[in-house]
Amino acid sequence: MSKLVYLVPLLPLIGFLINGLGRKSLTKSLTAIIGCGVILISFIISLILFFEVKAGHSEVVTYFDFITAGTLKIPFAFQVDQLSAVFLLIITGVGFLIHVYSTAYMHEESNAHYARYFSFLNLFVFSMLLLVLGANYLIMFIGWEGVGLCSYLLIGYWFKNPEYTAAGNKAFIMNRVGDFGFLLGLFWLIQQFGTLNYSDIFSKAAGMKMNDAVLVGITLLLFVGAIGKSAQLPLYTWLPDAMAGPTPVSALIHAATMVTAGVYMIARSNLLYTLAPTTQGVVAITGLATAVFAATIALKQNDIKKVLAYSTVSQLGYMFLGLGVGAFTGAVFHVMTHAFFKALLFLGAGSVIHAMHHEQDIRKMGGLAKRLPVTHWTFLVACIAIAGIPPLSGFFSKDEILAAAFSANTVYWVVGVLGAVLTAFYMFRLYATTFLGKFRGSHEQEHHLHESPKAMTWPLIILAILAAISGFVGVPAVLGGHHELENFLSPIFAGSVKLVHDQHNLAHSTEYMLMGVAAGAAVLAILVAVSKFSKKPDLEEARGFGRVLQNKWYVDELYDAIFVKPLRSLSGFLNTVVEKSGIDGMVNGVGRLVNYGGRQLRLLQNGQVGAYILMMVVATLVLFIIQLFV
Amino acid sequence: MNPNDVFITFPELLVWFPLLSGLIIFFLNKENQVKKLALTSSFITVAIVVASLFFTDKKYFNFNNVSYFWLPSLGSSFALMYDGMGRMLCLLTSLAFPLAFLSSYNKSYTKPNSFYGLMLLMQSGLIGVFCAMDALVFYFFWELALIPAYFLSSRWGGERRIQTTFKFFVYTFVGSLLMLIGIIYVYLHTPDLTFSLHSFTNTRLPVGKEEITFWLFFIAFAIKMPVFPFHTWQPDAYEQATPSVTMILSGVMVKMGVFALIRWLIPVFPYASQIYANFIIILAVIGMVYASCIAWMQDDLKRLVAYSSIAHIGLMCAAVFARDESGMKGVMIQMFNHGINVIGLWIVVDLIERIWGTRKISELGGLANASPVLTIFMVVIALANLALPLTNAFVGEFLMFNGLFSHGIWTTAIALFCIILVAIYTLNMVRRVFYGETKRENVLSLSTIDSNVKTALVIVVLIILVLGVFPKPMFELTQDSVDVFMSKVKGLF
Amino acid sequence: MTINHYIFLSVALFCIGIIGVLTRRNMIIIFMCIELMLNATNLLLVAFSKMHYLAASVTDAATTVGTDGQLFVFFIMVVAAAEVSVGLAIIVMMFRNTHSIDVNFLNRLKH
Repeated sequence: MSKLVYLVPLLPLIGFLINGLGRKSLTKSLTAIIGCGVILISFIISLILFFEVKAGHSEVVTYFDFITAGTLKIPFAFQVDQLSAVFLLIITGVGFLIHVYSTAYMHEESNAHYARYFSFLNLFVFSMLLLVLGANYLIMFIGWEGVGLCSYLLIGYWFKNPEYTAAGNKAFIMNRVGDFGFLLGLFWLIQQFGTLNYSDIFSKAAGMKMNDAVLVGITLLLFVGAIGKSAQLPLYTWLPDAMAGPTPVSALIHAATMVTAGVYMIARSNLLYTLAPTTQGVVAITGLATAVFAATIALKQNDIKKVLAYSTVSQLGYMFLGLGVGAFTGAVFHVMTHAFFKALLFLGAGSVIHAMHHEQDIRKMGGLAKRLPVTHWTFLVACIAIAGIPPLSGFFSKDEILAAAFSANTVYWVVGVLGAVLTAFYMFRLYATTFLGKFRGSHEQEHHLHESPKAMTWPLIILAILAAISGFVGVPAVLGGHHELENFLSPIFAGSVKLVHDQHNLAHSTEYMLMGVAAGAAVLAILVAVSKFSKKPDLEEARGFGRVLQNKWYVDELYDAIFVKPLRSLSGFLNTVVEKSGIDGMVNGVGRLVNYGGRQLRLLQNGQVGAYILMMVVATLVLFIIQLFV
Repeated sequence: MNPNDVFITFPELLVWFPLLSGLIIFFLNKENQVKKLALTSSFITVAIVVASLFFTDKKYFNFNNVSYFWLPSLGSSFALMYDGMGRMLCLLTSLAFPLAFLSSYNKSYTKPNSFYGLMLLMQSGLIGVFCAMDALVFYFFWELALIPAYFLSSRWGGERRIQTTFKFFVYTFVGSLLMLIGIIYVYLHTPDLTFSLHSFTNTRLPVGKEEITFWLFFIAFAIKMPVFPFHTWQPDAYEQATPSVTMILSGVMVKMGVFALIRWLIPVFPYASQIYANFIIILAVIGMVYASCIAWMQDDLKRLVAYSSIAHIGLMCAAVFARDESGMKGVMIQMFNHGINVIGLWIVVDLIERIWGTRKISELGGLANASPVLTIFMVVIALANLALPLTNAFVGEFLMFNGLFSHGIWTTAIALFCIILVAIYTLNMVRRVFYGETKRENVLSLSTIDSNVKTALVIVVLIILVLGVFPKPMFELTQDSVDVFMSKVKGLF
Repeated sequence: MTINHYIFLSVALFCIGIIGVLTRRNMIIIFMCIELMLNATNLLLVAFSKMHYLAASVTDAATTVGTDGQLFVFFIMVVAAAEVSVGLAIIVMMFRNTHSIDVNFLNRLKH
């Protein structure tokens, strides 16, 4: 069966081609059936693969030689193992629900644009599948760039709006900044190991000493790629802007695909990172800083999607914190639970936006709980899950990361809990402002308020169930569970675990205390937020420090001032001064010099016969003298 | 067929056939006839090249090599050889012409017979350059390719074409002249006093003289490629020449420079190229970043493409001088792929200019509303231009950067900066030209994008995608040339 | 008379010729000066020819050494005659066109 693994990415690709090429002739229902169908079949195959892997059958399937250059051989090969199986399920499963949801959400588009939308969506899933299935870093990079491309295409999906297309460009370019580091890392890997295959690299690296300078360099460069792709500090600004795309696309980018790529990459290269503790530290601190920084921004955002976007950035920070402190399973676990509740949040937000006729400002909502019951309840589940309240999924995954952070460094844990409190607070600020209280929109909007169609609510319900229960696959031993996910993934992380001996040696009492503090603080934050915002939402313009937060710490402006503007003026200088006056001026100057010289020399040709003869005589004399004396 | 019983070899056929059909076309009068014949001839050339790809085995030696005395008193023989790199570049040359003809099939030129005749003459010259095994023959074809280019760009094109062509001609001619001096100098030092490549590569020039001769050759090739700071003829020439000519100039002719580095310069001057490799790589890398920055500032689509092409060629030059096997493979396939991509870009730019009457980015906008088809083609080609994986350019660029990495991490890092810049200017251009609200009405009907143009674009896009996913045939095709090159530079490090 | 006397004479004649050509504007005089220079050369050729012949005939009475110098003189005279005929024709044409034989009048090349 694992020979059929090529079908998993191939089917979305076929869907992309059919929908893309037939966009003029296909009807909407046909488009939707093709678009969703291919993902569904991929999901089913992934499920089969998953059970095969679970039965202990993982392998690398090689299809053809992609690049052969001297000793460097990079095959086009897929790796089916525990890690890719988990990601396959997340991508195709959540992806499928998002596809189904989109059939209703995008129904207002014309046929051709509808087909274009689904073809891009399929391409997105294809790229992400390639990313996680690749058996070497190059195939991963293909998917890596592919998701960048798809995000560009989908963020700029409504291409008539210049702001949206600018956001698309920004996403792609910021990702390219990350790719810059990633590619350098790849070249270094090739130079060091002569290959890009995971298995070869890891077996060769296992013999290297801890904190080898080369490994630290490579892992840091690869991490730069992850920073770009997974929207960490300082390359996160594209992700909030990516909200320009249709809402299901945001769900796809934030939950099932794209941003988790960085986490996947580090989890895949866990051995390299474990061998480079310096990089691990950088990863952990970057993750932690991002988690808190993004959370502070989310506190003051008024766009429903922006709040969710910053919450994604913040949650990704937790995943990187987990990776940085060696809790690889925890990070993957959080990817999974986050995929469910974040997809749910975005789709719920989409449902709200759909009902409100493309209104996204939460200050103009309120009291939607009664009008949109399904959306409301599922959204609430997601909010509790993300806030980390037991026994919903977010609690388990976040707790695992925080526990590992505690054993690595207590400061990590304190800051992490602070971020978790902020998360709980802003999520319930969002919830309370949107669903509780009185409706604050226009009369017309109120008149048209309606629950979304079935194609949109069913995915919400399924995701809500998953968000609620998926935590139980990773119940830690301290709570009497077996942590099935950890057992399942253990072959992947075995090498790293062997290297680090003092993992998870926390006393049970300490663990209870950690859980209690984190969950208790989150509950407190929720209570404060709900009581504060359900009656009296925060409607005024922010002032003072709040204004700084609302303007996202002015990071965009800062980047503009220190990177974009100088680069642009440098280019302008090169274009006008160096190129036109300098180099071209020099070239043309040579031409002009010849011209000028010719004009001057021509004056010697004055038509006076006497002058010619004089010159002749003088020249003859000079020649004579040269002959005589030299 | 008996492999030893050969009536005419492939390289001869490829050189004489376009020359002959070009000469015939000169004497035709009817435009329709001329176009049909030119197109047919160019397709037959493609067929010949494709057929030749099946005769790569050693036992077909006689099909692929020819040498007879040309100027025996000088020790020059008319030697042509058809190796992997030559084959690949002949394939590019043969593909470029039908694409150029197809994309402008419904456009009329004044004096069509001279136009198409000169084009085919140029094709013959280009193929000759790629097959020549004798320095004098090489020089002969080098000029044979240049002279039609001069007439083509000075007689058909924009308003300032005379000045720019003059600049182009003087520039490249200075280069050719330096090269000729170099050729004669090396010739005088060959042990057997011949012009053949073999004796050229076996010549040891006196110490100190090799460096000077190296520069004579290098400047000629650097102007042709062009490498910073010898590039300023290029944007002007591309801007003013008529698009079909521009396609050939940028798609094929600049490859002459890169090709000559690999076939002539480095094998003939291995020591000097080792000494100056560092300097040239740094120059090329500066040129890449520089050209990318300038491309960002361009408002004229043609100039943007021209500067973008300079940046890409700079990478090839740097990778050649890094003299790493994987980098060389990258250069090989990138020579082909860059040609195809840049031709695709020119086709789209030409269409935009014809249909909307301008190529100023600031005056265009929202073309995607009017012509989604054109947008799709352009986006695919633009993505190939920024070397997105699974487009043809990716494999080549990846390997070239990898080859460069063996030379030094910092140079690679600076060169890699270009992948950010190329994304910035390419996507900005796509955004401002194709997205947004419609800014400008078309002056020509959209049916200008007729089936001929579409065929050309489909061919381009197919090559982009097929070679992007499955580059293996290209690797295999050029393997022998890479081996030869590597054996020449091996042992010098 | 030693050879030096001939040399001095012909150099003097040659210089007079040059100076005449350089300073005079009348075309006929310039022509005459050119003739003067040609004849200075002729004189020199004849003088050297004689000298070499005398030196060689001491040992061998039948020698032909130096006769080629005499031959050259004839060539020069023929050329000079041809030149004069063409030159005079030009002068006549010039006079017909410009009513002057001043060389500086003919400076159209400058423009």
